[in-house]
Amino acid sequence: MRNLRNLSQDKLAMASLSFIVVMIAAGVLAPLFAPHDPEEVNMKLRYASASWSYLLGNDHLGRCVLSRLIYGIRPSVLWVLVALLASVLLGAIVGFISGYFKGKTDAILMRVCDIMLSFPGYVMTLAVVGILGAGLENILIAFVVMKWAWFARVIRTSVMQYSEMDYVKFARASGVSHLRIIHKHIVPVTFSDIAVISSSSICSMILQISGLSFLGLGVQAPQAEWGMMLNEAREVMFSRPELMLAPGLAIVLVVSAFNFLSDALQVALDPKLMTSKPGGKLRGRKRGEQVAYEYIGS
Amino acid sequence: MNILEVEQLRIWDALTEEVIVHNSSFQLKQGQCLAIVGESGSGKSMTCRSIMRLNKPAIRQSGRILFQGEDLNKLTEQEMRKRRGRNLCMILQNGMGAFDPSCVIGVHLRETLQAHYGWNAKEVEKNMKSAMERVMLRNPVDIMNQYPHQLSGGMLQRIMIALALVLEPDVIIADEPTTALDTISQYEVVEQLIQLRKRMGCSMIFISHDLGVVRKIADDVLVMKDGHIVESGSIHSVFSKPQHPYTQFLVSTRRELSNHFRQLMQEEQHIAKR
Amino acid sequence: MLNVDHVHKSYPQGGLFTGGRQSVLHDVSFECYRGECLGIIGESGSGKSTLGRLILGMERPDQGTISLEGRSVLDRKARRGRISAVFQDYKSSINPFFTVEEAIMEPLRLQKKNPEGNAHSLKIDVLLSQVGLDKSYRSKYPHELSGGEVQRVCIARAISTEPQCIVLDEAISSLDVSVQTQVLHVLKELKEIYQLTYIFITHDIQAAAYICDRVVIFREGRMEEMVPIEQLKTVKSEYARKLLDHLITF
Repeated sequence: MRNLRNLSQDKLAMASLSFIVVMIAAGVLAPLFAPHDPEEVNMKLRYASASWSYLLGNDHLGRCVLSRLIYGIRPSVLWVLVALLASVLLGAIVGFISGYFKGKTDAILMRVCDIMLSFPGYVMTLAVVGILGAGLENILIAFVVMKWAWFARVIRTSVMQYSEMDYVKFARASGVSHLRIIHKHIVPVTFSDIAVISSSSICSMILQISGLSFLGLGVQAPQAEWGMMLNEAREVMFSRPELMLAPGLAIVLVVSAFNFLSDALQVALDPKLMTSKPGGKLRGRKRGEQVAYEYIGS
Repeated sequence: MNILEVEQLRIWDALTEEVIVHNSSFQLKQGQCLAIVGESGSGKSMTCRSIMRLNKPAIRQSGRILFQGEDLNKLTEQEMRKRRGRNLCMILQNGMGAFDPSCVIGVHLRETLQAHYGWNAKEVEKNMKSAMERVMLRNPVDIMNQYPHQLSGGMLQRIMIALALVLEPDVIIADEPTTALDTISQYEVVEQLIQLRKRMGCSMIFISHDLGVVRKIADDVLVMKDGHIVESGSIHSVFSKPQHPYTQFLVSTRRELSNHFRQLMQEEQHIAKR
Repeated sequence: MLNVDHVHKSYPQGGLFTGGRQSVLHDVSFECYRGECLGIIGESGSGKSTLGRLILGMERPDQGTISLEGRSVLDRKARRGRISAVFQDYKSSINPFFTVEEAIMEPLRLQKKNPEGNAHSLKIDVLLSQVGLDKSYRSKYPHELSGGEVQRVCIARAISTEPQCIVLDEAISSLDVSVQTQVLHVLKELKEIYQLTYIFITHDIQAAAYICDRVVIFREGRMEEMVPIEQLKTVKSEYARKLLDHLITF
């Protein structure tokens, strides 16, 4: 794909992309990758340091840190991606309708968004968790409910800008249906904006889930999750700092990878980089070689 | 006496290695108006921005630009900034983009004049008021309190001309000032520019792709294509006997429109006299 | 063929709670006959662009009707294949993700009758040659083309469905003068070949005089005068005289 080729120009982006792909694969296929059962308690190996069978050592209950890290990808990264997708989808639908049709529809939808956005984020999440109880699904529901309004706003701005373009005007004048216009003209152009804001939101969502699990509101023990692992390592922070290193570093690496990818996407999805010559890098538009100086048809 | 001499000016893009203007040389005589004509992409705006050294950092230039005997290319940024506005003034194409949209016109004018003359607000207002009246802008004080988006393109151009009147520069570079205007505004702005020159005796470089306006206002003309100067000379000789095929093409296409119109009007009545 | 009947249009001025409407078009009525080129001349702020949008059915007039062959232009199905447009800003006239080929195909795809797959493709070659571009342009993207070339592609796109009427909303105003003349040539030729009807909205009287049969002069939302082009020098209204006096010819 063209976009992939554009992305491949940026080494950092490719490295980040591969890292993320490997990580997602590891999370999905965790039973294959993880050397041990993440919840297997072995009191003889409490706080053991790294050895050949337990590559990253053992935590306070003798469980394998590496396995917990790998299984922890699922709630920390994969489920977050699902929640992100859900809220982006909801926000996008509202944003498209609002931005394209404008007028009263826009006013009503935006007032609803205003109401949603006026609730302070963390407080709402805590309130939802308080009502529904602690647990991963409930946190994710809370996220989707909080975030969709923000996405709707940003996407609406983007859509409003693009729906003023002359090619949309032409499509409307020609009698193309609204749905077709949104599908063919608005979605591709706003897709790059959406991709960029999603990938930057992922970072904050991962951090938030880890933070909430750290507080004990998210995933419940003994399930593995990076934030929880940080919480458990807190008690021995000074005597055995290495237990905080593994999950902490994992979070930093994933968030950085998404950040780099998001920066690179913004450049790669620019339509001006598409060319009609296959496999060609656009070498600045050549001052057009005008066909001599005759009129057409003379 | 040449107030501005450009020798072997070469402009290239450092990132793509593309040469935008190839070794161009021309002179601007004191008190004269030099027009640079050509199509979009021929390098005319780039040349003039290079004289003012206002191009993006990625755009490099080489050659000599002698202004009153001094090579502008060799000056430091500080010294160049003193020259801009005072000695070399620029009038831009898009009036809406030339002014800061977040503050009223008066603030912008005050900043510029304070930087060059150190006047206080009252003096600025007095001088700008008389200048704006000279360019036929009624209610100058009201205008200075409005935002750029509240004014029309023609009015914004006239404000820029009024600013030039107050700054009294030696050279005015007008970059397609009439292209975005409609018929009546275009006529008025061209009149104002002619009056400006008469009153101040300054030299002018006028960039345009419309030969009709150029013929009305300029003394000499340069024709540029793809970064090369293909022909130069006085207005009369270049337009009546163009040598280069490209100039012939420009002249013939413009003439076609005009002739058709004149035929319709049967010549004698409605042509704006030079 | 195109009938504009006592059209009024105004926009709300001010915020949510202040009232007041600004009248953009006031009692506009005229008719455009098949096969003619009607010029709409006006300065900025005269309401001509709004009129263009109303004719294309993109907005609804406050009062009055606009109909094409008896059917209202507000009806999307009535417009399909019968009316088309070319706009001013060549930078945003074509979707940056579309190639030239896809852009021209867009209105064609809406036609109900879909002949053998190749017919459309051949038609694109024909259209491109008629506007003076060769086949190699088919796979190019809009940002690779110059302003004049983009406008030509837009013209090809507009005539692809052989519409009854084409609205040219300042179609040549952003181009260089030498390119303008070339594009006007193309438009004139196509008008002969396809027997098209143009509505040519512009502020440039010389360009309008080159191509139009009849002109309507607009001022501040009202029609000042309507006159056949041969009688342009006999305009009576003061504003029209002023416009002609201020023209800079070559």
